[in-house]
Amino acid sequence: MSDVIANQSEPTQGRWWIGLFLVIAVLVAIRAGIGEGMGRVYVQTESTSYVSTEGEGGRVSWSAVPGVTEDSVTIDRDVFRTAGQYRAAEAAAPGQQAIRLSWDRTIGLWLAAFFTLAVFSFLAGDNPAYKLTESIVIGVSAGYWMVVAFWETLVPKLLAQLAPDLVKAWCMPNLEGGAFNPVALVPLGLGIMLLSQLTPLGRHVGRWPLAFVIGTFAGLKMVSHVESDIIEQVRATVLPLVVSSEDGSLAAWASLRNVLIVTGVLCTLAYFVFSVEHKGAVGRAARVGVWFLMITFGSAFGFTVMGRIALLAARFEFLFIDWLWLIDPKGERGMSVVAAVMQSG
Amino acid sequence: MSRSIALLICLVGGLTMLVSPFLPMATGWANEVTDWFNILAAMAFVLGGGSLLKVQLMRLSARGPGWGYSAVTLLAFVVTLWVGLGKVGVVADASAPAVAWSGKPDDEGSAFWWIYLYVMTPITSTLFAVLAFYVASAAFRAFRAKNLEATLLLVTAFIILLGRTFAGVVLTGWLPDWASGLRLENLAVTIMDVFNTAGNRAIIIGIALGVASTGIRLMLGLDRSYLGGDA
Repeated sequence: MSDVIANQSEPTQGRWWIGLFLVIAVLVAIRAGIGEGMGRVYVQTESTSYVSTEGEGGRVSWSAVPGVTEDSVTIDRDVFRTAGQYRAAEAAAPGQQAIRLSWDRTIGLWLAAFFTLAVFSFLAGDNPAYKLTESIVIGVSAGYWMVVAFWETLVPKLLAQLAPDLVKAWCMPNLEGGAFNPVALVPLGLGIMLLSQLTPLGRHVGRWPLAFVIGTFAGLKMVSHVESDIIEQVRATVLPLVVSSEDGSLAAWASLRNVLIVTGVLCTLAYFVFSVEHKGAVGRAARVGVWFLMITFGSAFGFTVMGRIALLAARFEFLFIDWLWLIDPKGERGMSVVAAVMQSG
Repeated sequence: MSRSIALLICLVGGLTMLVSPFLPMATGWANEVTDWFNILAAMAFVLGGGSLLKVQLMRLSARGPGWGYSAVTLLAFVVTLWVGLGKVGVVADASAPAVAWSGKPDDEGSAFWWIYLYVMTPITSTLFAVLAFYVASAAFRAFRAKNLEATLLLVTAFIILLGRTFAGVVLTGWLPDWASGLRLENLAVTIMDVFNTAGNRAIIIGIALGVASTGIRLMLGLDRSYLGGDA
């Protein structure tokens, strides 16, 4: 497969990219060999024991108990620990195994760093690493949303209605109710018809579930939009144009603010009325509306850029803090923790 | 016949949702219909996954350009599906520790959680982060103060960007108290509070009116585009 990937780029470009990734790999290797190293994830296993008690109607409930007993069930969970905590534990008891390196999470961290750099590499041009990452995220996203849809909707809302006892024993022991609901066969049938779109014959059969989805969505959104986006917004725009302060004098700024908001909403709405020609008073109002729209778009643009810059900063934080261990703003890997343990020891 | 039934289903489904807030006895129907809608929306994800599988398998079997990437997509898809549906590495939930499958697929430590944390999140957030460069570059090339409208947009964007950063505070921090309203951070707040509120409110009302009219057209069967060209 590497041949296939390599063949898609020009030979010179391919060599350039390989060279760049090799340089990055060498730099990372140098960084890994300096000082405390980099990119390691530590975990500690937390064990909790549970015992069951039978309540009213034979309902079983579980509660955590401090120790392990004969009839208890123990569950082990790995939780994150910082490098500072690991070093502190090592300083207190060399060779301890309570806090240990997690290989799967460490590999995950390095993979995440590779994916981050691969996406950034697109800024310099399309390349095999970016294409590989893109292909992976397409597959993972599709799988992710299918899994979420299955466990969050299909199991509790459909399977639990059709086979409640099975679902209760399998994965939802706390499921309420427990009788077969024949009405659930309707969405099941519609769902199967929807899936038949994947077959050549499914184009006509798939219309009914599609019509159902579109009709219910239209009804649902119409009610919510009319309520929250028309009635509530109009209500919020009905503002006093002359505002008095507590001592009865004119609150100039508050009045001006309300006048601007009411004028802005009316003028912008005038711009959206296309059934009337934008001439005379309507034309002038629409022009003022355009000014308000431009300011709105300008602020939306500013916020979008700010949001993206914040995300960019978060990615750099991931690379420099979590992966390369070049900076340590929270002091999670700081030697101060170790020193404190040594002093107390 | 198929088309008429589809239009009837659309009308009944839409009307059920529409009348439910006004008729107390219809609330139960609306909840039931909402559940069906959610089930079908979940089925649509399965349909999407199936479609992806079909397209990628066709590309793979044709051995056209980039078939290697199709193989990678398929592998990623199948692995995610397998670890998610099989709850690989998931420990039982604290409320039912004796039932092995009671835990959530995305619980910390599970394989599905691992994929989300170390594959999906870094890639998607970096993809969005990279847009910062493209938005800035596009703005640099496209933004020209050619007329009043373009100038308003440009100046507002600069005020918002500077007013929300430390640079903005430093640049206009020297202004005296009586002119504090002109400081960039205060200007940004005023723009958001007054002009942006007015503009956004009108846009929201406009969108809601559009949604309502489109909904009525769909329910009455005046808009049948969703039924396909041969409907």
